[in-house]
Amino acid sequence: MPYAVELLNITKRFARTVANDEVTLKVQSGTIHALVGENGAGKTTLMETLYGLYQPDAGIIRIHEKEVSIKSPHDSIRNGIGMVHQHFMLVGPMTVLENIVLGAETTRYSLLDLKKTTAEISELGGRFSLTVPLNEKVENVGVGIQQRVEILKAIYRKADILVLDEPTAVLTPQESTQLFRILSELKDEGKTIVLITHKLSEVMAISDHVSVMRRGKIVGEVETASTSPEELAEMMVGRRILLRVEKNDRKAGDPVLSINNLSYIDKRGVNILNNVSLEVASGEILGIAGVEGNGQSQLVECITGLLKPTTGSMSVDGIQIAGLTPKEVFARGLAHVPEDRIKRGLVVEMDVAENLILGLHMQKEFGTGLAMNLKAIEENARFLITKYDIRPMNPDALARGLSGGNQQKVIIARELSRNAQVIVASQPTRGVDIGGIEFIHRTLVEARDAGKAILMISADLNEILSLSDRIAIMYGGQIVKIFPNNKVKESELGLYMTGSKRGSSQKASDG
Amino acid sequence: MADQTKRRHWLEHPATQNFLIPIFAVVLSFAVGAIFILIVGQNPFQVYSVLFSQTLGTSYGIGQLLFKTTPLIFAGLSVAICFKAGLFNIGAEGQLQIGAFMTALVGMYTVGVPAFLEIPLLILAGMIGGGIWGFIPGYLKAKTGAHEVINTIMLNFIAAALVSFFVTNLFNVPATVHTPEIAPTGKIPRFDTIFSSFSGSPVNFSILIAILAAVAVWYYVDKTRYGYELRVVGLNSKAAEYGGISVAKNIILSMTIGGAIAGLVGTNYVMGYKYYFEEGFSTGTGFMGIAVALLGNNNPFGVILAALLFGMLEYGGLVINTMVPKELVSILQAIVIIFVISSNKIFRKILVNFIKKRTLRVND
Repeated sequence: MPYAVELLNITKRFARTVANDEVTLKVQSGTIHALVGENGAGKTTLMETLYGLYQPDAGIIRIHEKEVSIKSPHDSIRNGIGMVHQHFMLVGPMTVLENIVLGAETTRYSLLDLKKTTAEISELGGRFSLTVPLNEKVENVGVGIQQRVEILKAIYRKADILVLDEPTAVLTPQESTQLFRILSELKDEGKTIVLITHKLSEVMAISDHVSVMRRGKIVGEVETASTSPEELAEMMVGRRILLRVEKNDRKAGDPVLSINNLSYIDKRGVNILNNVSLEVASGEILGIAGVEGNGQSQLVECITGLLKPTTGSMSVDGIQIAGLTPKEVFARGLAHVPEDRIKRGLVVEMDVAENLILGLHMQKEFGTGLAMNLKAIEENARFLITKYDIRPMNPDALARGLSGGNQQKVIIARELSRNAQVIVASQPTRGVDIGGIEFIHRTLVEARDAGKAILMISADLNEILSLSDRIAIMYGGQIVKIFPNNKVKESELGLYMTGSKRGSSQKASDG
Repeated sequence: MADQTKRRHWLEHPATQNFLIPIFAVVLSFAVGAIFILIVGQNPFQVYSVLFSQTLGTSYGIGQLLFKTTPLIFAGLSVAICFKAGLFNIGAEGQLQIGAFMTALVGMYTVGVPAFLEIPLLILAGMIGGGIWGFIPGYLKAKTGAHEVINTIMLNFIAAALVSFFVTNLFNVPATVHTPEIAPTGKIPRFDTIFSSFSGSPVNFSILIAILAAVAVWYYVDKTRYGYELRVVGLNSKAAEYGGISVAKNIILSMTIGGAIAGLVGTNYVMGYKYYFEEGFSTGTGFMGIAVALLGNNNPFGVILAALLFGMLEYGGLVINTMVPKELVSILQAIVIIFVISSNKIFRKILVNFIKKRTLRVND
């Protein structure tokens, strides 16, 4: 079969790091080719070089077996390449139609020829089952639809090579399934698709070939049919990886965190949380699954004191915490791994040692009176850096310079060093590479085995299923279902997450 | 040479860059200033050599320069500490007016108090006056979200009008626009009372208070737990909130401290020079403080260096007055500020490219 894309010996350097080191990637025409690797392995850089966002320092790009020079996205579009970025490049207040034609408008007497355009796009949409509401504003449609708009945008520009960067990161399982159906249809129509991902289940489900990148190099290329997730994971990380968390069954203790009829109405009067009741016992992980934006963030912020609940009560070990400030909540035995490490969890312009005492900085061991105890702060940092294997092993390194996984380890290390009874962990491994995920998962399970009560919120169903002892599902600001164990199918969870199914029970402790 | 690729190039350290970049900017702005000197028909080398020799070459010149530097250090520190908390204090001018006036006011009513009490008392009066003027916009920001830039500007107008009213109507020596002299025990001695070589220049020991203030700000911000909180608030207020740090408290606190430091300007002018408060004594010192803080990278010791430069330019303007119009010095000062503000990115890029080229060459 002929090659649609050939990247030959591509090298791309940034200042002193080599993002792509003589990378050669060949994609057969009419296939789905998965490009996998950890964060920072160089996948996105390679594809953005193909798309013309970067110029390679060395190497050749061939499209349909002809050497081409791609200096900008304009050149790549001309060569039939389309890219759907991880963060969509859409204009919110404009309609779906306007977004699709933006920059490639069909005009008549220099006016937009909307009639002709609408017909063209409807035809395209019909052919690939890419149905989108053309006259709706982009900001009013869901992310699944927005992604289809991005794909249509590329196809409308006559792309026959489509690059998708982590396309399922924001989708529900149902939306992902639909996306894969669309991708198969595109393939059947002869389009070539490159899929950047680090979800191995997706690779196995949809791709024909897989290339694995590690530290800027291609370390392997295999046919999907002849490999396994374990083998791919090992290639990605360079060592054996436990994809499943090893976890013993364990009898949970007494409830430590209790939430009763918690409601939160925001400034605009919208009911964000509606009578949420939950109990988390010592020695268990309660996982909350749900599509983002169903009140999970506000639930966490109410528990941790960042928001004041409108009604309801909460207690840690019988002591009321509803309405207290974050400082007071911490003091009553709660630790918090926030969902957004850059916005909330870290001060990226500060060094690791300083970040490791955020929220603990007024404790006696780190200083009395006016002065900070710099020596104790440094010792604390060295201890936690070693214990949690934070790289680089330098307390003075700025948090900004750490990889996502290591930044997250800084937060986990700090919060576990509080020695709190209750740990609220929100999206604990978002944007973390496989090696880091394995470590963080193990750490959370160890904390559970040590008798901590852990409330984990995650949009990643694999994480929910492999870590949780019980699973609660949030939809529309309510807990719609609690499963007493983690023996549930993903599709079953998906039905509750999208509101297609509701549980009868609202009680927390029906486990 | 090969090991150089592994080691970090010395030019890459942020501390080196933070130090080098303002110096580049200053050198370049002098070069651009030279063009203006040429335009007015003078020899830039001659003008600059007079500028440097008359300000740095004689002890009288140095005395004048230090006298101009002292209030700039206070104003620069005031702006810098607020910057550290993420606040833009445009109000140092108003704060120093109120502070200096308070110093003069307390000074005129406390005749007979011994020096060891009077001097601290007057310093405190200035700090309280400036502190109140900083507290108001800080409180408004913390409680209502009202932007500190607008409120400090407005408070500058109010401060100027208030002190003007007081020194023309209520507390003035008849037929003048200044207050009576402060108690003699509240005076801070001039350098020339001890070192005769400074004879005639008004520099006084309030500059030691300024240096002390810089050390105190450095210690407070970098080494104390409250300074840690202040920095977290300035760098990421959401993380502060998360970490149990009160953002509101730190906004009020840093504005109050900033105001109090600006209020110390009275030590130089009222306690160390004129011994009374006079309308119009500050010609935009508070606004210059913004430039000083910026050039000094909000670092207290950087502020001292920047204040020295602007102090030199301010006095240098008088020195070269006979050769070029004095407006030229205003132009030079403005050019320095513009270069410093806009140069950060450009110079950093030039540095990065320079390092890249070198390391690439080493790689080959």
